[in-house]
Amino acid sequence: MKPTNTRNPDYYHKVVDCQWACPAHTPVPQYIRLIAQGRYGDAYLLNRESNVFPGVLGRVCDRPCEPACRRGRLEDEPVAICRLKRVAADHREDITDKLPKKPAKTNGKKIALIGAGPASFTVANDLAPLGYECTIFEKLSEPGGLMRSNIPAFRLPEKVLSEELDCILDMGVELKLNSPIESMSALLEQDWDAVFVGTGAPRGKDLNLEGRWEDGVKDKIHIGIDWLESVAFEHTKAIGKKVLIIGVGNTAMDCCRTSLRLGAKNVKVMARKPRQFFKASVWELEDAEEENIEIMINHSPKAFVHKDGKLTGMVFELMQYEIDDTGRITDQKVTGETTIPCDDVILAIGQDNAFPWIEDDAGIELDKWQVPVVDETTFESTRKGVFFGGDSAFGPKNIIWAVEHGHQAAISIHKHCQGKMLTGRLPNEVDMAPTKMGMFEWRYSNSYDDAERRQMNHVELTKRFAELDVEVELGFTPEQIATEVERCLNCDIQTVFEPSLCEECDACIDICPVECLSMTEDADEAELRASLSVSEKIEGQDLYVSDALPLTKRVMIKDENVCLHCGLCAERCPTAAWDMQEALIQIHHADDQDKEM
Amino acid sequence: MTSFTKPLIRRRNEPTNELGLVRADYDGAMSTLCAGCGHDAVTASMARAFFELSIEPHRAVKVSGIGCSSKTTAYFLRESHGINTVHGRMPSVATGAIAANHELTYIGVSGDGDSLSIGLGQFVHAMRRNVNMLYMLENNGVYGLTKGQFSAAADMGSTAKKGAVNELPPIDPVSLALAVGATFVARAFSGDREQLVPLIKAGLKHKGFGLIDVISPCVSFNDHKGSTKSYEHTYKYYNPAVHADYVPPSKQIKAAYDAGDIMPIELHDGGQITLRKLENGYDPRDRAAAVNKLFESGQSNEIITGLLYIDEDHKDMHEMARMEDRPLNEIPYAELNPGAAKLKELQKGFR
Ligand SMILES: Cc1cc2nc3c(=O)[nH]c(=O)nc-3n(C[C@H](O)[C@H](O)[C@H](O)COP(=O)(O)OP(=O)(O)OC[C@H]3O[C@@H](n4cnc5c(N)ncnc54)[C@H](O)[C@@H]3O)c2cc1C
Ligand SMILES: Cc1ncc(C[n+]2csc(CCOP(=O)(O)OP(=O)(O)O)c2C)c(N)n1
Ligand code: SF4
Ligand code: SF4
Ligand code: SF4
Ligand SMILES: [Mg+2]
Repeated sequence: MKPTNTRNPDYYHKVVDCQWACPAHTPVPQYIRLIAQGRYGDAYLLNRESNVFPGVLGRVCDRPCEPACRRGRLEDEPVAICRLKRVAADHREDITDKLPKKPAKTNGKKIALIGAGPASFTVANDLAPLGYECTIFEKLSEPGGLMRSNIPAFRLPEKVLSEELDCILDMGVELKLNSPIESMSALLEQDWDAVFVGTGAPRGKDLNLEGRWEDGVKDKIHIGIDWLESVAFEHTKAIGKKVLIIGVGNTAMDCCRTSLRLGAKNVKVMARKPRQFFKASVWELEDAEEENIEIMINHSPKAFVHKDGKLTGMVFELMQYEIDDTGRITDQKVTGETTIPCDDVILAIGQDNAFPWIEDDAGIELDKWQVPVVDETTFESTRKGVFFGGDSAFGPKNIIWAVEHGHQAAISIHKHCQGKMLTGRLPNEVDMAPTKMGMFEWRYSNSYDDAERRQMNHVELTKRFAELDVEVELGFTPEQIATEVERCLNCDIQTVFEPSLCEECDACIDICPVECLSMTEDADEAELRASLSVSEKIEGQDLYVSDALPLTKRVMIKDENVCLHCGLCAERCPTAAWDMQEALIQIHHADDQDKEM
Repeated sequence: MTSFTKPLIRRRNEPTNELGLVRADYDGAMSTLCAGCGHDAVTASMARAFFELSIEPHRAVKVSGIGCSSKTTAYFLRESHGINTVHGRMPSVATGAIAANHELTYIGVSGDGDSLSIGLGQFVHAMRRNVNMLYMLENNGVYGLTKGQFSAAADMGSTAKKGAVNELPPIDPVSLALAVGATFVARAFSGDREQLVPLIKAGLKHKGFGLIDVISPCVSFNDHKGSTKSYEHTYKYYNPAVHADYVPPSKQIKAAYDAGDIMPIELHDGGQITLRKLENGYDPRDRAAAVNKLFESGQSNEIITGLLYIDEDHKDMHEMARMEDRPLNEIPYAELNPGAAKLKELQKGFR
């Protein structure tokens, strides 16, 4: 095999599983170490550089980092990365002075941002400190997008959200509420240097079954995202006793739990397919089930039932599926029918993009699904100077993706306003920093801790339904923090190998607790892997292959999948051919684009 | 030493042996040897060999003398029996233990100092008696534990760390073993575990005394220029001449081998040792050929390794001395100790 080029910035980045999986590439192990030292404010600021909303995301992030976490690959449970992010936010000291500031003078460039969701706020966060005059137009009376209107306060307290939005507004960003943009062409006629569309995917899907539009029925059937919004803005304050939720994604979970808080006594979530096909995150399902929500599988909605001008129930077809070895459905059949009584139905079966306010002749191409044609790197639409990001760009995703889109769009807007090529972006870089402090002493806690993942404490069931905004999760206790931080394996502290120093004594191979090293004759990848104790390729990680060793011309190989980053190989190496070095992955944002490439 | 103990973690998909144990179940305490010591690599190879042979750890016995090498019995097979004897006395203790229970698997670990100086007499007699054990002689040319004095294995003309030249001729444990009747004689190198692990497995399965003289560099006191037991020197003159594999009874392929290519040797347990890479029709069952080969390679400075001699037919101590087959702890007390009257009767026979 070709020797590994560890200078490729992606090589070590990929080893940091969580950071690689995070759309915004948050340097997770680095902030976990800061938390371990009690430096909550610094941990918060470090988070903020990548993900902008640590307090929000520490509660409700979709957390793609956690299923990727190395710890979960080696044992069962990943590090509670998201919970630790919340620790940084909850315990931070006053960091106002350390936040990016409104510059003394603006640069005269005017940016219009449509929609006050996380995507637009991220663009403003990146551009305002550089001197851009950012104006956000929002249809609703409050900023925050779905974070405010749809994510219920029992998951995300209003205060946490407002604080993080305010510090961006404090950078001199203008917010125009109750200001829907109703014509793109009209906006483009005004004097904007660039326009960013962050209007989300605002149209909830409907279910046109028999009975849907009958009088007395239609008012009892709610579109999930609209209903949640109306609850958030206190237009809706009650719901019937028996509620059915159609769909089993995250919106469904918020709808069923919100129903309980508005007085529903019997809430059922109706799923068409078996559990393994549910779209909701595992933790959202668990949290709903903890509240005694019943999830019924294999029920396909057929009709709404009404009597005397009143919704009385819904008819479902009972489904049976054939599932093959790969987990795919190969066949399905209806085995019967059932009617389930209800007072209200909430539809949570997905969202669509909708841009009725973008005129056909505005020069912005939409595809047949009404999704704009957007460049995946620059986020520019087919019209120069008009950018999209967040759910409006490629359909509904989540907050952390909206943030990352915002960062990338901000870079493009900065370049656009300077008349530079949008594609001339700084590539990622990696800086290596030593961690050795002395004999067997490192700048990180290298010993392996076998503690199990800490479980989040919740407010008691009897106390949480009284008000809509009782936050269910209590956050970690100091003991939980202390244990959980030690579970992180510090995957950014890399095993760096210098072949010319190797004596081929095998010490590293023998000490490695997971047997991920070997010295062997060079061969193709399959053969090299076979020489390792766990030779099958677990998801994703590469095989490191060194240059030829000086004495025997064999190569050192390492399976990056299972390494614990414990540093024992470096401690055992008599010649320091192995060293533990911190890989600082440089992810660029708008503020450092003017550096020399 | 390292800053913390090697953690025992159970990974997903970790390979297990026939007993359902993982490789790490054959580890021991954390090594306290110098980082890079060849002995640690030998320890790892022994642990792997026991793992691969699926030997129950509690059915194995580790015996050793004094020295860095002898310390290593603590670093593998944490659940086995073991004894660290006084300097050079391991062979007699092993002989006694085997007399008491020859159903266990015995491995002795010693150094060139422990075996070739203070313990030379014991070492030779254990070989002569063909005691059924595998004797690992971790050979670094020095007394590592006492900070690097030349051992009796140091080559003439090689230098100590501070420059002193050795003028005494070396004792070669392999030649010695061939001379006094050991029935499995091999040389190996800590740096080549592809050769070493199968060799240890074969040695453990051989019935009778097995010696593996393992070149095992001392990184602290004998890894400099001028040393003939350094990593660099050993890699340079290394010649893996005979490769031995152990094939368990269950896995035997009865196909015919190409003569000269692979030579199968039947073992008492029904398993087989297969020899590969035999140069010029070399036959390791021929003691004279082995002695010759050793002499020739010595002339060219080359370090010849592998299974150099094997005699699977020789009686071991147990058989020669017509000892009790049952382990002594399984014999009812009354039978084991027939009483004073019986003793008197026995003694009468000698008068
Ligand atoms: C019920 C529910 C729960 C969710 N839970 C989570 C979660 O736990 N974690 C997670 O990461 N993600 C979650 N999401 C997804 C997440 O909220 C979105 O992906 C994210 O908010 C998208 O951000 P955005 O900036 O693209 O748009 P949005 O947040 O949708 O914001 C768009 C804003 O634009 C405004 N707007 C629209 N059109 C106009 C116009 N013409 N003029 C002016 N303003 C306009 C809207 O009023 C809105 O305020 C959830 C979504 C839903 C529906
Ligand atoms: C009776 C006795 N004499 C001397 C010593 C001192 N001593 C300890 S270890 C050792 C030599 C060990 O050499 P070797 O067997 O080659 O082991 P190494 O440390 O090189 O592995 C000596 C002489 C001792 N412990 N006991
Ligand atoms: S162990 Fe730590 S650094 Fe490694 S993937 Fe998990 S959270 Fe990230
Ligand atoms: S840091 Fe070194 S010893 Fe530890 S698991 Fe990784 S390769 Fe093995
Ligand atoms: S002194 Fe030599 S033999 Fe002893 S542990 Fe250190 S390197 Fe090994
Ligand atoms: Mg020695």
